[in-house]
Amino acid sequence: MAQDANSGKDLAAANSSSHDLVPEDSGTGVVSPDAVKNPGHPEHRKRVTDLDPKKEKQAERTVFVLFFLSAVGSLWAVAAYMMFPIDGQMELVRSNNLFIGLGATLALMALGIGAVHWGKAIMADHESVDERHPVRGTDETRARAIEIFEEANEESGFGRRALIRNSLIGALVVFPLPAVALFRGLAPYDEDPVELLQHTMWKKGTRLARDPSGVPIKASDVTLGSAFHVIPEDLNTAKDVLNEKAKAIVLLMRLKPEDLNELPERKNWSYNGIVAYSKVCTHVGCPVALYEQQTHHLLCPCHQSQFDVANHATVIFGPAARPLPQLPIEVDDEGYLVAQSDFTEPVGPSFWERH
Amino acid sequence: MSTAPAAVAAPAKSSGGFTGKAANYLDERTSISGAVKEFGRKIFPDHWSFLLGEVALYSFVVILLSGTFLTFFFDAAMTHTTYEGSYAPMNGVHMSAAMASTLDISFDIRGGLLMRQVHHWAALLFVASIGLHMLRVFFTGAFRKPREINWVIGFVLFILAMAEGFTGYSLPDDLLSGNGLRIIDGMIKSFPLVGTWISFLLFGGEFPGEDIVGRLYSLHIMILPAMVILFIALHLVFLIVHKHTQYPGPGRTEQNVVGFPILPVYAAKAGGFFFIVFGVIMATATFFQINPIWNYGPYDPSPVSAGTQPDWYIGFADGMLRLAPPHLEFVWLDRTWSFGILLPVIILGLFIVTVLIYPFIEAWVTGDKREHHLLDRPRNAPTRTAIGAAGVTFYAVMWAAASSDLIATHFRVTMEGVIHTLQALLFLGPVIAYFVTKRICLGLQKKDREIALHGYETGRIVRLPGGEYIEVHEQVSDYERWELVSYKDQAPIMLRPNAQGKITGSMRLRAAMSRWFFEDRIAPVTQTELDKSHGDDHH
Ligand code: HEM
Ligand code: FES
Repeated sequence: MAQDANSGKDLAAANSSSHDLVPEDSGTGVVSPDAVKNPGHPEHRKRVTDLDPKKEKQAERTVFVLFFLSAVGSLWAVAAYMMFPIDGQMELVRSNNLFIGLGATLALMALGIGAVHWGKAIMADHESVDERHPVRGTDETRARAIEIFEEANEESGFGRRALIRNSLIGALVVFPLPAVALFRGLAPYDEDPVELLQHTMWKKGTRLARDPSGVPIKASDVTLGSAFHVIPEDLNTAKDVLNEKAKAIVLLMRLKPEDLNELPERKNWSYNGIVAYSKVCTHVGCPVALYEQQTHHLLCPCHQSQFDVANHATVIFGPAARPLPQLPIEVDDEGYLVAQSDFTEPVGPSFWERH
Repeated sequence: MSTAPAAVAAPAKSSGGFTGKAANYLDERTSISGAVKEFGRKIFPDHWSFLLGEVALYSFVVILLSGTFLTFFFDAAMTHTTYEGSYAPMNGVHMSAAMASTLDISFDIRGGLLMRQVHHWAALLFVASIGLHMLRVFFTGAFRKPREINWVIGFVLFILAMAEGFTGYSLPDDLLSGNGLRIIDGMIKSFPLVGTWISFLLFGGEFPGEDIVGRLYSLHIMILPAMVILFIALHLVFLIVHKHTQYPGPGRTEQNVVGFPILPVYAAKAGGFFFIVFGVIMATATFFQINPIWNYGPYDPSPVSAGTQPDWYIGFADGMLRLAPPHLEFVWLDRTWSFGILLPVIILGLFIVTVLIYPFIEAWVTGDKREHHLLDRPRNAPTRTAIGAAGVTFYAVMWAAASSDLIATHFRVTMEGVIHTLQALLFLGPVIAYFVTKRICLGLQKKDREIALHGYETGRIVRLPGGEYIEVHEQVSDYERWELVSYKDQAPIMLRPNAQGKITGSMRLRAAMSRWFFEDRIAPVTQTELDKSHGDDHH
C-alpha cells in the first residue's frame, strides 16, 4: 500500500503543494486549459464550543449525561428481563418485548448520540488532507513483478513444458467432479422425479373428503353454487402427508349443468354439475383457492392467474399457461363422491419432461 | 515491514504506565505500531450520503449478533411434532420442529421475540441500505476507474443479501415461508433440461419433503454469511486502497482527500453511528411487530393466503412473474418450454447483468483512462443520471406489480386494468423517466451556469437613474462558484478511421453510444467567460 509521505497535512500547508497531474488518456473527457482555477481550501470556521468555554463545558456535560443514560438503559433492560416473565399470554410477551426493548434502545441510542456529539462538538475539528497516489504500482514495482513471474516461469518451465502444464490443467478441471457426483445423494437414489410428478394419490374409488378434516363428501352435500376444498379420504394416513397433499389438493364446485361447457371426451367426468379440479396452480404451484361463485372463476392469490371453471378451467388471465387438470369423478353406491382415476396429466407447475 | 528499533521503542517511551507497557508488549509481538501509523490518521471525507454504506455494514453486524442468539434456540428440522408450548391458540397443532422452535423463541424465551424482531428488521434495513448505497454510488459516478471492481463486489453483496433474506424467511416453516418455497420450486422446475432434477435434489425428493429447512439453514448461517463477510472484507480493503471519493469543493482535487482523520474524530462518529443504527433497529423491534408466524400457522400446501406479501426486496421478482402475459408455454421437441416463467427470469437476469457491468460500459464509451476520485453531481452527468432514473423506474414498476392485487382492491379498479397498465409502464415508464430526468439535469446545469456567471437573483428591485427597473444580482463567492463550475466535461467522439484506415463495427457502436451519452451537453464555465461576464457586470 502506498505510504502517505505527508498524510494528515493540515489545510494551509496543503493549499501550497498540489502536485501535477499525471498526463493520462482522458478518452472523451475534455481537459480545458481555460478551466476556472480551484480557489483552494476555505478558511476554517470555529465552532461555538471552540470560542466559548462555557459552551464547551455544556457539551461535555451533555455527553456525560448521555453516557450515563446509556448505562441506565442497559440496567433497565436487565431489570425488565427479570420483572416481566412470559407465560404464553400475548399481553405478557408484549410487555416483555416492550420493556427490554425500551431499555436496550435507550442504552444504544444514548451511547451512539453521545459518541457522535463528542466527536462533533468537542474533538478537534479541523479537516486535514491526504494526498492520493495512483492505484497502479510504480514502474519499478511493476517491472520487478514481471521479472518475478519470468523467473518463476523460467525456473518451473511452466511456459516451456507444455505437456505437463496442460495435463495439470486437465487434472484440475476434472478434480471437482467427484464432489459434484456426491451431491446426487441429496435426493433418494431409487426415485425418479419425472415419474413421481406424473402421479398423485388419487385412484379409482378414492373418496373426496373435506380439507382438513378428512370427512368424505356426499354428492347430496354439494349444493348448487357451493365449493369445497378437497383431499383424498386416506391422505392423513399417507407416508409423506405434506408431499402427497401438495399434489392431491382439489377444488370441488357445483355449477348449473347448463353453465358447464364440457369437452366431449370429458362428458362423464362430472356428476350433476359437480366438477373437481386440481387446486395446484399451473403457474408456479400456489393453491388456487379463491372461487368466485357468480363468474365461476378461480383466482390464484399468488400472481392472480384466473381460471374459468365453466370452461374446463382454461386460463383467462394472468401468467399461468395451462388449464387446471380435471379430476374425473363419480358417485359410489353409498352416494359419496369418488375419483374415477388419478389425474390424467401431471398437476402443478410445468416441467421440462412434462409432455 | 521494517521493524526499526526506534519505532518499537516509541510507545514505551511516550508513556511508561500500564497502557504504554501493554502497547509495547503487543507491538513487540505483532508490529501493530506500523498499522496505527498507516491507518490511524487516514482521512475520511464527510457527507451524509457516505453514511448509507455504513448503515449497511452496521445492520449486518446487528444481524450477526441477533442471528447468533437465534441459532442457540432454533431447531432447523422438519420432523413432525405437535405444538405444546405456551401459546395457547396453537396448542395441539401439527407442525414441524422448525416452526415449533420459532414459536418457542417467541413465547417461551424472554427477549426471544425481541431478538427475532431485531433480526428481521435488521435484515430489511440491511438490504434497503445496500440498495440506497448502490444508488448513491451510481448517481455520483463513484464506480468509475479505479472502482469498477468494487462496484461488482458491492453488487454481489446486494444479491447475497437477498439470498440471505430469502433463506431466512423460509426457516420458520410457517405458511408464508412454505408458500415462498413453493413458488421457488415452481420456478426451478420450469428451467429447461435441469429444472426437474435441481428441484428434486434441492428438496431431497418431492416438494416440500423434510430436508429443505435444514439445507437452507446451512446456507443461511454458514455458507452465505461466510461469503458476505468475505465480500465485505474485500470491499473495505479496496476502499482503503482507493481511498474514499469526495464531492467536488474548494481545495478538493483528484490528488487529495479532505476530511477527518480516523483517530479520533472519524472513530467517534462512526462508532457512535453504529450504536445509533443498532438503536434504531432496536426501537423498531420494540414497537413494531414483524412476521407474526403464529397468525399464519404452519405450512400446509392447501390454505388460502390472499393479500400476503413477501419481504420487500423479493417484491420485484414476484412482480415480474405477475407481468408475464398468459399462454407463453409451448411443447417443442417433445419438451416443455415454460416461457411464462422463463421470460420474466430472462428479463430479470438481463436487468441484473446490465447493472452489474454498467461501469465497464461507461468506461468503454468514454475511453477515459484517468482515475476519478471527485464525484459527479448527478446533474453534471445527465445521461447517466437519466439511465439511472430509467433503471429505478423499471425496478419500481416490477415492485408495484408485486402488489397488483392490493392496488386493485385499494383503488377499486380491476385486476386486469392494473396488470395491463403496469405491463405498459414497464416499457414506457423508463423511457419517460429517462427523458424527463435528462431535461431536468440539463435545466439545472444551465441554471448553475447562469448563477456562476451572473450571480443569483436577490429579489431586490432598484430603479436606475434612467427610470429603468432592474433586479440586483448578487455574485456568488469564489468558493460557491467553484462547486458550480468544477465538473468534468465529456464530449462525443468523432468517428475517425483507425491506423489501418478502417472503421470497424465496434467503433461505430462506440461512436453512436458516445453521441447518445454526450451530445446534449452544457460545458463548464471557463475562466474567459467568467472574466468577460464580470467585466460586463461592472459596466
Ligand atoms: C445478511 C444476512 C442475513 C439476513 C438478511 C437474514 C434474514 C433472516 C430472516 C428474514 C429470518 C426470518 C426471521 C423471522 O422469523 O421473522 C431469519 C431467520 C433466522 N436467521 Fe437470519 N439473516 C441473516 C444472517 C443470519 C446469520 C449470520 C445467522 C446466524 C449466525 C442467522 C440466523 C438465523 C436463524 C437461526 C433464523 C431462524 C430463527 C427465526 O426464524 O426466528 N441469520 N434470518
Ligand atoms: S402460482 Fe398461481 S398465478 Fe402464480
